[in-house]
Amino acid sequence: MKDFWKLFISFAKIGAFTFGGGYAMLPMFQKELIESRKWITDEELMDYYAISQCTPGVIAVNTATFVGHKVKGFWGAVVATLGVILPSIIIISLIVSIIAEFAESEIVVHAFGGIRACVCALILSSIIKLGKKAIVDKLTLGVFVIVTLLSLFTSIPVVLIILAFGLIGFGLSYTKAFKRRFEEGADK
Amino acid sequence: MRLLQLAYEFFITGLLAFGGGLATLPFLYDMGTRTGWFTNEDILRMVAVSESTPGPLGINMSTYVGILTFGLLGGIVASLSLVLPSLLTILLVIKILDKFKTSPKVKAIFYIIRPATMALIVMALISIAKVTFFNVPLNEIGSFSGFFSAINYKTLILAVVLFIPIIKTKLHPIFFIAASAIIGVIFKL
Repeated sequence: MKDFWKLFISFAKIGAFTFGGGYAMLPMFQKELIESRKWITDEELMDYYAISQCTPGVIAVNTATFVGHKVKGFWGAVVATLGVILPSIIIISLIVSIIAEFAESEIVVHAFGGIRACVCALILSSIIKLGKKAIVDKLTLGVFVIVTLLSLFTSIPVVLIILAFGLIGFGLSYTKAFKRRFEEGADK
Repeated sequence: MRLLQLAYEFFITGLLAFGGGLATLPFLYDMGTRTGWFTNEDILRMVAVSESTPGPLGINMSTYVGILTFGLLGGIVASLSLVLPSLLTILLVIKILDKFKTSPKVKAIFYIIRPATMALIVMALISIAKVTFFNVPLNEIGSFSGFFSAINYKTLILAVVLFIPIIKTKLHPIFFIAASAIIGVIFKL
Protein backbone atom coordinates (compact mmCIF):
# COMPACT_ATOMS: atom_id res chain seq x y z
CA MET A 1 0.00 0.00 0.00
CA LYS A 2 2.84 2.32 0.90
CA ASP A 3 4.46 1.82 -2.49
CA PHE A 4 1.22 2.75 -4.26
CA TRP A 5 1.02 5.94 -2.22
CA LYS A 6 4.65 6.81 -3.01
CA LEU A 7 4.02 6.23 -6.71
CA PHE A 8 0.92 8.38 -6.65
CA ILE A 9 2.59 11.26 -4.79
CA SER A 10 5.72 11.26 -6.95
CA PHE A 11 3.75 11.36 -10.18
CA ALA A 12 1.27 13.92 -8.85
CA LYS A 13 4.26 16.14 -8.00
CA ILE A 14 5.59 15.69 -11.53
CA GLY A 15 2.19 16.51 -13.04
CA ALA A 16 1.69 19.55 -10.83
CA PHE A 17 5.07 21.18 -11.42
CA THR A 18 5.87 20.52 -15.05
CA PHE A 19 5.31 23.38 -17.41
CA GLY A 20 5.61 22.82 -21.15
CA GLY A 21 5.13 19.19 -22.08
CA GLY A 22 7.02 15.93 -22.08
CA TYR A 23 10.56 17.15 -22.55
CA ALA A 24 10.20 19.74 -19.80
CA MET A 25 9.35 16.84 -17.50
CA LEU A 26 12.80 15.33 -17.87
CA PRO A 27 14.40 17.15 -14.89
CA MET A 28 11.44 16.21 -12.67
CA PHE A 29 11.61 12.57 -13.75
CA GLN A 30 15.33 12.52 -13.02
CA LYS A 31 14.96 13.99 -9.56
CA GLU A 32 11.91 12.01 -8.44
CA LEU A 33 12.31 8.66 -10.16
CA ILE A 34 16.10 8.26 -10.42
CA GLU A 35 17.74 10.31 -7.68
CA SER A 36 15.12 10.32 -4.89
CA ARG A 37 13.28 7.00 -5.32
CA LYS A 38 15.87 5.04 -7.32
CA TRP A 39 13.05 3.26 -9.16
CA ILE A 40 14.77 3.43 -12.56
CA THR A 41 18.19 4.22 -14.09
CA ASP A 42 19.21 7.03 -16.47
CA GLU A 43 19.39 4.49 -19.28
CA GLU A 44 15.86 3.24 -18.62
CA LEU A 45 14.49 6.79 -18.65
CA MET A 46 16.08 7.43 -22.06
CA ASP A 47 14.65 4.17 -23.37
CA TYR A 48 11.16 5.14 -22.17
CA TYR A 49 11.47 8.42 -24.05
CA ALA A 50 12.57 6.67 -27.21
CA ILE A 51 9.66 4.22 -27.00
CA SER A 52 7.21 7.07 -26.25
CA GLN A 53 8.18 8.73 -29.52
CA CYS A 54 7.05 5.64 -31.39
CA THR A 55 3.87 4.85 -29.44
CA PRO A 56 0.62 6.79 -29.16
CA GLY A 57 -0.18 9.14 -26.34
CA VAL A 58 1.36 11.59 -23.95
CA ILE A 59 5.02 11.02 -22.96
CA ALA A 60 4.24 11.65 -19.28
CA VAL A 61 1.59 8.93 -19.23
CA ASN A 62 3.81 6.48 -21.07
CA THR A 63 6.64 7.01 -18.58
CA ALA A 64 4.22 6.74 -15.65
CA THR A 65 2.98 3.41 -17.01
CA PHE A 66 6.52 2.05 -17.41
CA VAL A 67 7.67 3.12 -13.95
CA GLY A 68 4.43 2.20 -12.17
CA HIS A 69 4.52 -1.25 -13.72
CA LYS A 70 8.17 -1.74 -12.75
CA VAL A 71 7.48 -0.82 -9.11
CA LYS A 72 4.06 -2.39 -8.53
CA GLY A 73 2.85 -4.23 -11.62
CA PHE A 74 -0.44 -3.47 -13.41
CA TRP A 75 -2.08 -1.50 -10.59
CA GLY A 76 1.16 0.41 -10.08
CA ALA A 77 0.91 1.51 -13.71
CA VAL A 78 -2.70 2.62 -13.20
CA VAL A 79 -1.92 4.50 -9.97
CA ALA A 80 1.10 6.31 -11.47
CA THR A 81 -0.93 7.31 -14.54
CA LEU A 82 -3.78 8.67 -12.41
CA GLY A 83 -1.21 10.54 -10.30
CA VAL A 84 0.33 12.32 -13.27
CA ILE A 85 -3.01 13.43 -14.77
CA LEU A 86 -4.90 14.37 -11.59
CA PRO A 87 -3.24 17.79 -11.02
CA SER A 88 -4.09 18.81 -14.61
CA ILE A 89 -7.74 17.83 -14.18
CA ILE A 90 -8.02 19.72 -10.87
CA ILE A 91 -6.23 22.87 -12.09
CA ILE A 92 -8.13 23.10 -15.39
CA SER A 93 -11.47 22.54 -13.58
CA LEU A 94 -10.63 25.36 -11.18
CA ILE A 95 -9.68 27.92 -13.81
CA VAL A 96 -12.08 26.91 -16.59
CA SER A 97 -14.49 29.79 -15.99
CA ILE A 98 -11.72 32.43 -16.01
CA ILE A 99 -9.51 30.74 -18.57
CA ALA A 100 -9.06 33.68 -20.97
CA GLU A 101 -8.36 36.17 -18.19
CA PHE A 102 -5.99 33.71 -16.55
CA ALA A 103 -3.72 33.29 -19.55
CA GLU A 104 -3.53 37.04 -20.14
CA SER A 105 -3.18 38.23 -16.55
CA GLU A 106 0.02 40.17 -15.95
CA ILE A 107 1.19 38.08 -13.00
CA VAL A 108 0.81 34.81 -14.90
CA VAL A 109 2.64 36.18 -17.95
CA HIS A 110 5.62 37.39 -15.87
CA ALA A 111 5.75 34.28 -13.70
CA PHE A 112 5.97 32.27 -16.90
CA GLY A 113 8.79 34.38 -18.25
CA GLY A 114 10.73 33.29 -15.18
CA ILE A 115 9.59 29.66 -15.26
CA ARG A 116 10.54 29.24 -18.92
CA ALA A 117 14.08 30.51 -18.25
CA CYS A 118 14.30 28.05 -15.35
CA VAL A 119 12.99 25.15 -17.46
CA CYS A 120 15.72 25.81 -20.05
CA ALA A 121 18.43 25.67 -17.37
CA LEU A 122 16.88 22.51 -15.87
CA ILE A 123 16.66 20.71 -19.22
CA LEU A 124 20.28 21.65 -20.01
CA SER A 125 21.43 20.11 -16.73
CA SER A 126 19.41 16.94 -17.53
CA ILE A 127 21.00 16.78 -20.96
CA ILE A 128 24.47 16.94 -19.41
CA LYS A 129 23.69 14.18 -16.91
CA LEU A 130 21.95 11.86 -19.38
CA GLY A 131 24.41 12.67 -22.17
CA LYS A 132 27.22 11.09 -20.19
CA LYS A 133 25.29 7.81 -20.14
CA ALA A 134 24.19 7.94 -23.78
CA ILE A 135 27.30 9.25 -25.52
CA VAL A 136 29.98 6.83 -24.37
CA ASP A 137 32.24 6.39 -27.41
CA LYS A 138 32.94 7.59 -30.95
CA LEU A 139 30.04 5.63 -32.44
CA THR A 140 27.40 7.04 -30.07
CA LEU A 141 28.88 10.54 -30.47
CA GLY A 142 28.53 10.07 -34.23
CA VAL A 143 24.86 9.07 -33.90
CA PHE A 144 24.22 12.12 -31.71
CA VAL A 145 25.82 14.50 -34.23
CA ILE A 146 24.02 12.94 -37.21
CA VAL A 147 20.58 13.06 -35.58
CA THR A 148 21.19 16.65 -34.43
CA LEU A 149 22.06 17.69 -37.99
CA LEU A 150 19.12 15.73 -39.43
CA SER A 151 16.66 17.42 -37.09
CA LEU A 152 18.15 20.86 -37.68
CA PHE A 153 18.18 20.72 -41.47
CA THR A 154 15.47 18.25 -42.50
CA SER A 155 11.89 17.65 -41.42
CA ILE A 156 12.05 13.86 -41.16
CA PRO A 157 9.47 12.74 -38.56
CA VAL A 158 10.96 11.82 -35.20
CA VAL A 159 9.36 8.35 -35.28
CA LEU A 160 11.24 7.51 -38.49
CA ILE A 161 14.56 8.71 -37.06
CA ILE A 162 14.18 6.54 -33.96
CA LEU A 163 13.06 3.50 -35.98
CA ALA A 164 15.89 3.94 -38.49
CA PHE A 165 18.54 4.05 -35.79
CA GLY A 166 16.88 1.11 -34.04
CA LEU A 167 17.31 -0.84 -37.28
CA ILE A 168 20.95 0.25 -37.51
CA GLY A 169 21.49 -0.99 -33.96
CA PHE A 170 19.81 -4.27 -34.87
CA GLY A 171 22.06 -4.62 -37.92
CA LEU A 172 25.19 -3.80 -35.93
CA SER A 173 24.29 -6.49 -33.39
CA TYR A 174 25.42 -9.02 -35.99
CA THR A 175 28.96 -7.60 -36.14
CA LYS A 176 31.78 -9.19 -34.15
CA ALA A 177 32.53 -6.13 -32.02
CA PHE A 178 28.88 -5.80 -30.98
CA LYS A 179 28.52 -9.51 -30.29
CA ARG A 180 31.45 -9.34 -27.92
CA ARG A 181 30.06 -6.24 -26.22
CA PHE A 182 26.46 -7.31 -25.70
CA GLU A 183 26.61 -11.10 -25.33
CA GLU A 184 25.18 -12.40 -22.06
CA GLY A 185 27.23 -11.15 -19.11
CA ALA A 186 29.65 -9.19 -21.28
CA ASP A 187 28.37 -5.82 -20.06
CA LYS A 188 28.45 -5.08 -16.34
CA MET B 1 -25.14 8.48 -24.38
CA ARG B 2 -23.29 11.57 -25.57
CA LEU B 3 -20.86 10.98 -22.72
CA LEU B 4 -20.12 7.61 -24.30
CA GLN B 5 -19.44 9.37 -27.60
CA LEU B 6 -17.08 11.77 -25.80
CA ALA B 7 -15.20 8.81 -24.34
CA TYR B 8 -15.00 7.18 -27.76
CA GLU B 9 -13.73 10.36 -29.48
CA PHE B 10 -10.93 10.85 -26.95
CA PHE B 11 -10.03 7.18 -26.93
CA ILE B 12 -9.49 7.31 -30.70
CA THR B 13 -7.47 10.53 -30.35
CA GLY B 14 -5.27 8.92 -27.71
CA LEU B 15 -4.81 5.89 -29.91
CA LEU B 16 -3.82 7.76 -33.06
CA ALA B 17 -1.88 10.79 -31.79
CA PHE B 18 1.78 9.77 -31.75
CA GLY B 19 4.49 11.76 -29.97
CA GLY B 20 3.01 13.97 -27.28
CA GLY B 21 0.38 16.60 -26.64
CA LEU B 22 0.75 18.76 -29.74
CA ALA B 23 0.01 15.70 -31.87
CA THR B 24 -3.54 15.72 -30.47
CA LEU B 25 -4.28 19.14 -32.04
CA PRO B 26 -5.31 18.03 -35.56
CA PHE B 27 -7.63 15.43 -34.00
CA LEU B 28 -9.24 18.06 -31.79
CA TYR B 29 -9.84 20.43 -34.73
CA ASP B 30 -11.51 17.58 -36.56
CA MET B 31 -13.56 16.59 -33.51
CA GLY B 32 -14.77 20.16 -32.95
CA THR B 33 -15.86 20.52 -36.56
CA ARG B 34 -17.70 17.21 -36.64
CA THR B 35 -19.46 17.39 -33.28
CA GLY B 36 -19.86 21.13 -32.74
CA TRP B 37 -18.87 20.64 -29.08
CA PHE B 38 -16.28 23.41 -29.20
CA THR B 39 -14.87 25.93 -31.65
CA ASN B 40 -11.39 26.38 -33.11
CA GLU B 41 -11.08 29.48 -30.92
CA ASP B 42 -11.65 27.31 -27.85
CA ILE B 43 -8.76 25.09 -28.95
CA LEU B 44 -6.41 28.02 -29.60
CA ARG B 45 -7.28 29.54 -26.23
CA MET B 46 -6.52 26.22 -24.59
CA VAL B 47 -3.12 25.93 -26.27
CA ALA B 48 -2.24 29.36 -24.86
CA VAL B 49 -3.52 28.44 -21.41
CA SER B 50 -1.73 25.08 -21.44
CA GLU B 51 1.57 26.87 -21.67
CA SER B 52 0.84 28.61 -18.39
CA THR B 53 -0.67 25.68 -16.49
CA PRO B 54 1.26 22.64 -15.34
CA GLY B 55 0.83 19.15 -16.68
CA PRO B 56 0.83 17.40 -20.05
CA LEU B 57 -0.71 19.46 -22.87
CA GLY B 58 -2.86 16.56 -24.08
CA ILE B 59 -4.43 16.10 -20.65
CA ASN B 60 -5.07 19.83 -20.24
CA MET B 61 -6.74 19.96 -23.63
CA SER B 62 -8.97 16.96 -23.06
CA THR B 63 -9.99 18.14 -19.59
CA TYR B 64 -10.90 21.55 -20.96
CA VAL B 65 -12.84 20.22 -23.93
CA GLY B 66 -14.60 17.67 -21.72
CA ILE B 67 -15.66 20.35 -19.23
CA LEU B 68 -16.85 22.67 -22.03
CA THR B 69 -19.14 19.96 -23.36
CA PHE B 70 -20.28 17.92 -20.35
CA GLY B 71 -19.07 19.67 -17.20
CA LEU B 72 -16.67 18.20 -14.66
CA LEU B 73 -17.71 14.61 -15.37
CA GLY B 74 -16.98 15.23 -19.05
CA GLY B 75 -13.50 16.52 -18.16
CA ILE B 76 -12.70 13.40 -16.19
CA VAL B 77 -14.13 11.02 -18.81
CA ALA B 78 -12.26 12.77 -21.66
CA SER B 79 -8.89 12.66 -19.86
CA LEU B 80 -9.24 9.04 -18.79
CA SER B 81 -10.29 8.04 -22.31
CA LEU B 82 -7.28 9.86 -23.77
CA VAL B 83 -4.77 8.02 -21.56
CA LEU B 84 -6.34 4.56 -21.81
CA PRO B 85 -4.74 3.67 -25.20
CA SER B 86 -1.30 4.82 -23.93
CA LEU B 87 -1.65 2.71 -20.83
CA LEU B 88 -2.66 -0.38 -22.83
CA THR B 89 0.03 0.11 -25.50
CA ILE B 90 2.82 0.54 -22.95
CA LEU B 91 1.66 -2.50 -20.97
CA LEU B 92 1.89 -4.46 -24.20
CA VAL B 93 5.35 -3.03 -24.95
CA ILE B 94 6.46 -4.01 -21.43
CA LYS B 95 5.24 -7.60 -22.01
CA ILE B 96 7.25 -7.82 -25.23
CA LEU B 97 10.35 -6.10 -23.81
CA ASP B 98 10.40 -8.37 -20.76
CA LYS B 99 10.74 -11.36 -23.06
CA PHE B 100 13.71 -9.93 -24.93
CA LYS B 101 15.28 -7.77 -22.24
CA THR B 102 18.44 -9.81 -21.95
CA SER B 103 18.77 -10.26 -25.70
CA PRO B 104 22.02 -8.77 -27.03
CA LYS B 105 20.07 -7.47 -30.02
CA VAL B 106 17.72 -5.37 -27.87
CA LYS B 107 20.71 -4.04 -25.92
CA ALA B 108 22.42 -3.08 -29.18
CA ILE B 109 19.26 -1.33 -30.44
CA PHE B 110 18.90 0.82 -27.33
CA TYR B 111 22.64 1.54 -27.26
CA ILE B 112 22.27 3.19 -30.68
CA ILE B 113 18.88 4.80 -30.00
CA ARG B 114 19.97 6.53 -26.75
CA PRO B 115 22.26 9.11 -28.38
CA ALA B 116 19.56 9.68 -31.03
CA THR B 117 17.05 10.40 -28.23
CA MET B 118 19.57 12.80 -26.65
CA ALA B 119 19.73 14.72 -29.93
CA LEU B 120 15.92 15.01 -29.96
CA ILE B 121 15.96 16.34 -26.39
CA VAL B 122 18.56 18.93 -27.43
CA MET B 123 16.20 19.96 -30.26
CA ALA B 124 13.34 20.34 -27.77
CA LEU B 125 15.58 22.56 -25.62
CA ILE B 126 16.47 24.69 -28.64
CA SER B 127 12.82 25.27 -29.51
CA ILE B 128 11.95 26.28 -25.93
CA ALA B 129 15.09 28.46 -25.72
CA LYS B 130 14.14 30.32 -28.92
CA VAL B 131 10.87 31.62 -27.44
CA THR B 132 12.39 32.20 -24.01
CA PHE B 133 15.52 34.14 -24.89
CA PHE B 134 14.36 36.06 -27.96
CA ASN B 135 11.66 38.69 -28.14
CA VAL B 136 10.93 38.15 -31.84
CA PRO B 137 10.89 34.96 -33.94
CA LEU B 138 14.45 34.23 -35.11
CA ASN B 139 13.57 34.12 -38.82
CA GLU B 140 12.26 37.68 -38.64
CA ILE B 141 15.65 39.01 -37.55
CA GLY B 142 17.30 40.60 -40.57
CA SER B 143 20.62 41.93 -39.36
CA PHE B 144 23.48 41.15 -37.02
CA SER B 145 22.66 44.09 -34.73
CA GLY B 146 18.99 43.06 -34.88
CA PHE B 147 20.03 39.71 -33.42
CA PHE B 148 21.47 41.33 -30.30
CA SER B 149 18.59 43.72 -29.77
CA ALA B 150 16.17 40.77 -30.06
CA ILE B 151 17.76 38.93 -27.15
CA ASN B 152 15.73 38.93 -23.95
CA TYR B 153 18.60 39.65 -21.55
CA LYS B 154 16.49 39.35 -18.39
CA THR B 155 15.50 35.72 -19.00
CA LEU B 156 18.97 34.88 -20.30
CA ILE B 157 20.65 36.20 -17.15
CA LEU B 158 18.15 34.35 -14.94
CA ALA B 159 18.82 31.06 -16.76
CA VAL B 160 22.60 31.50 -16.48
CA VAL B 161 22.40 32.42 -12.79
CA LEU B 162 20.09 29.44 -12.05
CA PHE B 163 22.23 26.97 -13.94
CA ILE B 164 25.06 26.97 -11.38
CA PRO B 165 22.99 25.98 -8.31
CA ILE B 166 21.01 23.54 -10.48
CA ILE B 167 24.10 21.50 -11.31
CA LYS B 168 25.99 22.12 -8.05
CA THR B 169 23.25 21.46 -5.48
CA LYS B 170 20.77 18.64 -4.96
CA LEU B 171 17.77 20.96 -4.50
CA HIS B 172 14.49 19.82 -6.04
CA PRO B 173 13.52 21.29 -9.45
CA ILE B 174 10.23 22.42 -7.81
CA PHE B 175 12.27 24.83 -5.67
CA PHE B 176 13.91 26.42 -8.72
CA ILE B 177 10.61 26.63 -10.62
CA ALA B 178 8.83 28.32 -7.69
CA ALA B 179 11.74 30.72 -7.13
CA SER B 180 11.91 31.68 -10.81
CA ALA B 181 8.14 32.30 -10.93
CA ILE B 182 8.53 34.80 -8.06
CA ILE B 183 11.60 36.38 -9.69
CA GLY B 184 9.64 36.62 -12.94
CA VAL B 185 6.81 38.55 -11.26
CA ILE B 186 9.19 40.87 -9.36
CA PHE B 187 11.40 41.73 -12.34
CA LYS B 188 8.55 41.60 -14.89
CA LEU B 189 10.19 38.99 -17.13
